[in-house]
Formats: sequence, structure tokens, C-alpha cells
Amino acid sequence: MYYLTYDPIDPAKVLDAVRSPLAGAVVLFLGTAREFTAGRKTQALLYDCYPQMAEQKLAELEETAVQRWPLVACCLVHRLGQLAIGEISVAVAVSAAHRRPAFEAGQWLIDTLKEVVPIWKQEHWADGTREWVHPGINRDQK
Amino acid sequence: MIVQVKLFAAARQLLDQDTVQLELPDGATVGVLRQALKQQFPPLGFLADRSLVAVGLQYAGDEVRLCHDQEIALIPPVSGG
Repeated sequence: MYYLTYDPIDPAKVLDAVRSPLAGAVVLFLGTAREFTAGRKTQALLYDCYPQMAEQKLAELEETAVQRWPLVACCLVHRLGQLAIGEISVAVAVSAAHRRPAFEAGQWLIDTLKEVVPIWKQEHWADGTREWVHPGINRDQK
Repeated sequence: MIVQVKLFAAARQLLDQDTVQLELPDGATVGVLRQALKQQFPPLGFLADRSLVAVGLQYAGDEVRLCHDQEIALIPPVSGG
């Protein structure tokens, strides 16, 4: 399953979505709003997306992951709107019979999500300026 | 043909609009669209060169031909996660 949400992400719910009697391993990745980037202080982050395509890409990621690895379940969640420092921006949870495919699929899912899903982050810097983050264009941020 | 192109993030901010409309030759490719965007909306130039184009919710190479009824978007480098 996958979804985009303007509400805070509850990691317990994300885990519950993938836990199963068939799974001996559950891996959870959380991306959280970081306070400092290259020494510069962030006040908040704003996330925006291309909703229809972001959902399409999340669906494709899930479909590819369950084809490549013997997963029991997969859950991808991305937060939108304004986030305070420390809040969860993205959650990836996978379950499998054994740990290796769970770790591998989880790593691939978050890496690929960051490359292909049309979601953008705007830094609200502590000095009051705002900046859309486009890797390779402004500072090399990811 | 007239096409609408959805804009996001810095592209939207640069033009202060979320969609632009362009007239292109029938059967124009994504590459032609990219050039037209740069010519008609100069502030987009630098970003347009470094963005992907999505057609019908899928990334499309510069060789792909466009139809007027497709959903088209300029996708600057993404930064989710």
C-alpha cells in the first residue's frame, strides 16, 4: 500500500500495515526533517507534489519491489505540507519471511523513491529565506 | 496544437503560475516542447534544460511525440524523501 498525506505519519500504523504471521522480518525506514544542512539552520520544510503522478510512481515502486523480492507486504507513505524539525517526511516499511530481502527492498525503495517520485521540498531557512531544493541545480542537496 | 504544461516547485515560483499554455506544431516532440518553453518563458531556461518532462504521468524522452489531449508536466529534479 502507499499514500500521500498532509497529516503527521504515525510509524506504528505504518508498521501495522506490513506486520503479518508470514513475516519473520520487518524493516522500517523513516526520513525526518533535519535541522542543519551544510551548517545552515532550517526552520521548517514544505513538501509539494504532482499528486496523480506521485501516486502512480509509488504504485510502480511497490509493484516492482514485490516482483523483485519475496516480500509479504510493503507500505510507502510520504508527508506533504509544512513540517517542523524532527517530523517524519517519509516512511518505508517492508516485511518478508527473512531479513535479507526486507533490508534490500527497503533500501531500494527509499533510494528509488528519492530519484523518481515527483515530490519537492522547500527549505524554510532560519534566516527567513525559502528555497526549492532541486538536486544538481542548487547546492548538491538530496 | 495547443498544449498545457503543468509546473511545479521552482518552475512554478519562477513564473508565478501553475500551468503554461503553448502552441506547438502538430506532432511536436518533447524536445520541441522543451525548446519552446525556454523561448517563450525565458526565466525557465536554466531549469527547463535540467528538468524531465512527464507525458501521461510517465517520464518521456525528448524523442516522444505529443498529442494535444495528453497531460504534460515539467518535472524539475525531485527532492522528496
